[in-house]
Amino acid sequence: MTGNPIVTPTRSPAFEARLKKRYAAERRFKALGLGAVGFSLLVLVFLLGTMIWNGLGGFQRTVFDVPVSFEGMGLTVMQTDNEGAAIRALQSQGLPEIVSFAAEKTLGEAGAAQINSEAWREVASAIIADPSVVQRGGTFALPTTDRFSTAYLGEGQAALQPLARELEAQGHVRRAFDFGFLSRADATDAQLVGIWGALVGSFYTMIVTLLLAFPIGVLAALYLEEYAPRNRWTDIIEVSINNLAAVPSIIFGLLGLAVFLTLFPTLRSAPVIGGMTLALMTMPVIVISGRNAIKAVPPSIRDGALAVGASPVQVVFHHVLPLALPGILTGTIIGMARALGETAPLLLIGMRAFVSTPPTGFTDNATVLPMQIYLWSDQVTRGFVERTSAAIIVLLVFLLLMNGLAIYLRNRFEKKW
Amino acid sequence: MSSVIPLLLAIGLGLAGWLVARGRAWRFRREAPGGKIPSLPIYHAWYAGLWIGLPMLAFAALWRGISGNLVLQHVLSSPDAGALPAFGLRRDAILDEARAVAMGLADRALIPEAQPLVEPFREAMALYNWIGVVVALLLGLVGAAWAFTRLKPNFGARSRIENGVLVVLFVASTVAILTTLGIFGTLVFETVRFFGMVSPVDFLLGTHWGPDPMSMTPDPARYGSIPLFWGTIFIGAIIAMIVAIPLGLMSAIYLTQYASPQARKWIKPALEILAGVPTVVYGYFAALTVAPAVRDFGIAIGISNASSESALAAGMVMGIMIIPLVSSLADDSISAVPQAMRDGSLAMGATTNETIRRVLIPAALPGIVAGVMLAISRAIGETMIVVMAAGAAANLTANPFEAMTTVTFQIVAMLTGEASLESPATLSAFALGLVLFMITLALNVIALRVVKRFREAYE
Repeated sequence: MTGNPIVTPTRSPAFEARLKKRYAAERRFKALGLGAVGFSLLVLVFLLGTMIWNGLGGFQRTVFDVPVSFEGMGLTVMQTDNEGAAIRALQSQGLPEIVSFAAEKTLGEAGAAQINSEAWREVASAIIADPSVVQRGGTFALPTTDRFSTAYLGEGQAALQPLARELEAQGHVRRAFDFGFLSRADATDAQLVGIWGALVGSFYTMIVTLLLAFPIGVLAALYLEEYAPRNRWTDIIEVSINNLAAVPSIIFGLLGLAVFLTLFPTLRSAPVIGGMTLALMTMPVIVISGRNAIKAVPPSIRDGALAVGASPVQVVFHHVLPLALPGILTGTIIGMARALGETAPLLLIGMRAFVSTPPTGFTDNATVLPMQIYLWSDQVTRGFVERTSAAIIVLLVFLLLMNGLAIYLRNRFEKKW
Repeated sequence: MSSVIPLLLAIGLGLAGWLVARGRAWRFRREAPGGKIPSLPIYHAWYAGLWIGLPMLAFAALWRGISGNLVLQHVLSSPDAGALPAFGLRRDAILDEARAVAMGLADRALIPEAQPLVEPFREAMALYNWIGVVVALLLGLVGAAWAFTRLKPNFGARSRIENGVLVVLFVASTVAILTTLGIFGTLVFETVRFFGMVSPVDFLLGTHWGPDPMSMTPDPARYGSIPLFWGTIFIGAIIAMIVAIPLGLMSAIYLTQYASPQARKWIKPALEILAGVPTVVYGYFAALTVAPAVRDFGIAIGISNASSESALAAGMVMGIMIIPLVSSLADDSISAVPQAMRDGSLAMGATTNETIRRVLIPAALPGIVAGVMLAISRAIGETMIVVMAAGAAANLTANPFEAMTTVTFQIVAMLTGEASLESPATLSAFALGLVLFMITLALNVIALRVVKRFREAYE
């Protein structure tokens, strides 16, 4: 076979062109994948960025600096632990008029009209906190009306904007950090709202959810993983848990409405009913993550305990459960974080009341943080847009903390066998 | 107060029994030959404590439920109750007032007729409180007698306790079944009531939706749910999936096939954040930022009736929310394809993307399809985004710039209005809920089947 050497046509021009095309396709494909990831992350950044951009303003409010003197007014501060009564006493002694008079002196008539009608309460609280203010007088940061605040930020009614610019030039008006946003409850005026009421409501609701879902979820997981015989009944339990984990949350709201509210009609809008509804939703999540954590405990642990004479119950409660607990807790926290952000089922069972004082128990009227966001989102004024975004920031911070705790627990305590 | 006393009694007596039984068990143990008894003293303690405490607690709970009625019966049978109106709101108000005063919740009765009833109420409450305490004590003593007569040195207290623990575990696991049955039962019950007013044919095949929440006599022509299901499918299964499937799938491919382990470690949790953002936040984002942009875009390309609440805005944001779900399910099924298939393809000279498109994706397709089904079931059950961004108008249209309504939106709308729980509009929400429940259930069951069969094929 001498003579013509075999020339394989691997590097023919057609081949080279084809290869080039294939490599180009490869690069395009990879870029497409990177683009998909990049786009998703970009949307995330944009979403969070929008909320933070809008929300930072929500932690502030527009205030007038107004010096108020109480000389010759004969104000006396009631010595009582009941702050509401003390405020009412100051109101009946004419504090609102004193404040609006002082505002008129500083800001002029047009400016004083833009003082928030509830602004005197800030002064009242300051007086009650420190009665010596009555002798000294002082300069108070009084919230403006919502319309003026909008105008000050350059939006809304054009008529108020010159006034806002004029007062700004005189140095009477400024934006100030609003600590009260974290300590007040809902109100109708965006300058006066706060999220403390919703936070307390969320807290009570989550306590009920945790107390119900955690024990039931863990015990059910232990039963299914450690004791359940392989039979029809166990299959039914497993199928229903998996299905419950996939049922839309709004369906749980329908159940809560038809069952819990029929049984306890007086508890509409109470954290205990909301907590029970969310517990039904959270329980399957805890069962599923709990089962995975229990499965991860190696059989040798069980065999060792059985070998030295422990009973099956002792094996589980003395050895398996403590070892699986970090994993179970991780799953529980993630389930609770989901419940904390849940709105739809609570909407159906009526936790959308206007709650202007924080709840003090499990059966008081309450609202929760995501519900507060939903209620405020209906309001279109600039003030409420900022407040809504600020409340979203608070909610996201809580969720971040919970998920961070879950990740920490997983890294710190979870054993690799 | 009346419900606290039996509770405290139960805990107190239970604790006492616990301590006594433990002490006795230690004595048994010292006296026993070889210093051993079958059960540790702690099990003796729990056996006695639970036998004393649990019946008392159960009774306390029961008594709390029924004693109010017993007190009421007692008061009504007293001669002072003769002056009461026969029935109605006034009678209830008088009784409530008298009860409140008797319990010390109010200083004095504002309704004059209530004053003479205060004393009978007080007496009846005192009487039934005493009865409650005495019965609780008796129950506790009976429990104690039962437990202590059985607690002998050779008594198997541990196995009794452990059997009890197993029963508790079993009961906890049945809560899931009860919840499922509860959901199904409620939905079916209310739906049957609804179908008694509006025929299923009108409901499932009608094309006009516009219930009047105040009307108690339903007009079947206004309960056609086709526009709702079309809106749900259009937003959740079409628009959201057009966004989520390419982005989620390509993300999964990039993360599993191209990204370095280091990048993967950071990108994957970052994508998961998208899944952890509460839906109310997405809803606000859709309503505040996306919807106006979509409307402006619609007007710019010449669609004059572009609405500020549009199917497109809600669907796009929903798609973004679903990306991590699609991505992680696609990731799982691509990773499950045996390495040998990938290696074989690469060894034949295929480029990575040819391997992915011609080998990995076809092999992983059942898993990916199942993932998409799960994603759809998630999307059509999603509530807050559509409530905040999709609008309330039941339009039967394919124009994504128009407002559209969904099943979940209408459930919320029907149940948060002023309508009573008995009105057909309210009941229609349960019928919608039942259909939604069945669809998501079917999607999940089929998807899990597909995944299971697919896993078995490669194992």
